[in-house]
Amino acid sequence: MLMELMLRYNYWISVVLMLIGFYTMISKKNFIKKIIGMNIFQTAIFLLYISMADIEGRSAPIIISETGYVNPLPHVLILTAIVVSVSTTAVALSLIMKIYKEYGSIEEDKILEVHS
Amino acid sequence: MIQNLPIFIVIIPLVTVFLIPLVGLWKRDYCFYISALSITLLFSISVFLLNLSINVIHYHIGGWEPPWGIEYVVDPLSAFMILLITFITLLVILYSKKSVSKELPNSIVEFYTVFMLLITGLLGIVITGDIFNMYVFLEIASLSAYALIAVGGKRDALLASFNYLIIGSIAACFILLGIGFLYMVTGSLNMADLSVILPKAYASYPRVVLTAIIFFIVGLSIKIALFPLHTWLPNAYTHAPSVVSAELAALMTKVGAYVMIRILSIFGISILGDIPIADILSWVAAVAIIIGSINAIAQTDIKRMLAYSSVSQIGYIVLGIGLANQTGLTGGILHILNHAFMKGCLFLAVGAIIYKTGIRNINEFQGLGRKMPYTMLAFSIAALSMIGIPPLCGFFSKWYLALGSVESGKWIFALVILLSSLLNAGYFLRVLEKAWFGKSIHEGVDEVPGSMLIPTLILAIGCILLGIFVTIPVSFINSILSISKLGWT
Repeated sequence: MLMELMLRYNYWISVVLMLIGFYTMISKKNFIKKIIGMNIFQTAIFLLYISMADIEGRSAPIIISETGYVNPLPHVLILTAIVVSVSTTAVALSLIMKIYKEYGSIEEDKILEVHS
Repeated sequence: MIQNLPIFIVIIPLVTVFLIPLVGLWKRDYCFYISALSITLLFSISVFLLNLSINVIHYHIGGWEPPWGIEYVVDPLSAFMILLITFITLLVILYSKKSVSKELPNSIVEFYTVFMLLITGLLGIVITGDIFNMYVFLEIASLSAYALIAVGGKRDALLASFNYLIIGSIAACFILLGIGFLYMVTGSLNMADLSVILPKAYASYPRVVLTAIIFFIVGLSIKIALFPLHTWLPNAYTHAPSVVSAELAALMTKVGAYVMIRILSIFGISILGDIPIADILSWVAAVAIIIGSINAIAQTDIKRMLAYSSVSQIGYIVLGIGLANQTGLTGGILHILNHAFMKGCLFLAVGAIIYKTGIRNINEFQGLGRKMPYTMLAFSIAALSMIGIPPLCGFFSKWYLALGSVESGKWIFALVILLSSLLNAGYFLRVLEKAWFGKSIHEGVDEVPGSMLIPTLILAIGCILLGIFVTIPVSFINSILSISKLGWT
């Protein structure tokens, strides 16, 4: 049992990171912390993609290698996903900035107080 | 030339996105004309594509053959969605000229830039045949939607947008995970290719495939605001500028429903038959229909009422998907079309009322029917159609859904549809009664300018025509179901 867990440790790490990120996103009241959680969640998914591309004993996908290469496609997908993630973060941060200007706070409970 | 048409559907709005800020530096009013020109061009291409789509068009980007390269596929279902998107957007853009210059006088350039980006995303989602490409376009559309809701800079809109962003990002992460799991077991991202490989992959790795289905269903349910995951929608639609509410309500969730149909088709009946996913979807949809309508009755803000009504209407579409038979799916796809017309018309009419009077509270609607007769006429036609009064179009999609429920032996859903029609009548008739029979309390209010009135009226006339000539969309949907391989039926 333990050996099986150890063998797939890369997946376990990404699952644990995902849960940390997801929990931060839905439980924290501070907007910046929510965004940090979102970034952890997204990065964990990127890790999952990257680690599934790996093939044991193969090298980086550069054509001179004689041992064969790992799958390069997930790396490319993740480059795209990183762009999506960065733009989401940018939109989120600019929204937080505007919210701070309007309400003078980025804590959810304080904002709801001001709101009502 | 014809072989290259699919790429123009994405290229044209994308180029417009970059042109608008440049033109905006020179003259801000021209932004509207550029967007209108671009959408008109797209609309004419999409009419053309609809005729060609009977022979499915495949376009390989950069000459890379699928399954390695990204492929754009125009089959009847995507051609139908493209035409719907471009038509509604054309009307919304015409409407936006006056509405945006009043509501967002300081951010006209920004508005049109992000608006065209939203259109790029929506069109990209429906035209692509590559699942990862679909995710990217979904995020382009969602990010533009967050920005558009907040563009006015009102405090409520900012909070609504941020809330939508957090929930929407969770959904996007789930969809990305689902794609990852599928890629893990199949090694392919092309949707046609996936649907061939998946049954074999399912035989060797059933748990991975099932996990992927669950991630997709939950992620997409958030994106289309299916009942327990709808919390972002009411605030977002209520506080967004009128044009944005109309566009999002008419198209954004519909495109999400399209994605759901496509994703479920990838898995096909051989996998979906093993798990009770159809039953779960149709029961959740039934609850959504009722709860959405009940919530709508409780609202006094007209836009919030329409938003909750959207939650219940999404239920209809998902019910059509969940019934998993030909008639039900016909009803679901027909409702995508009809609801886009009805909700578009309602939000445009409400936008017109807000433009002239600033009224949002239903109790202040007294006597508006005499002050703004054409706007209220359009509102009334769309509202009656939502209730489902024949021969307006809303009746027919409900009819097909009810037939589908009976066909699959689930009478209870037919009852749910009937009950929800009564509830719909409850919240719409109260508005109509106030507007037409109430004593007028508004002085000096008159009809909105023609550029806002005409799009609203065209949508209202559309509601009537789609009802009277219902055989035309239905026969087209039948050819969709026979040509596009939709896995449910």
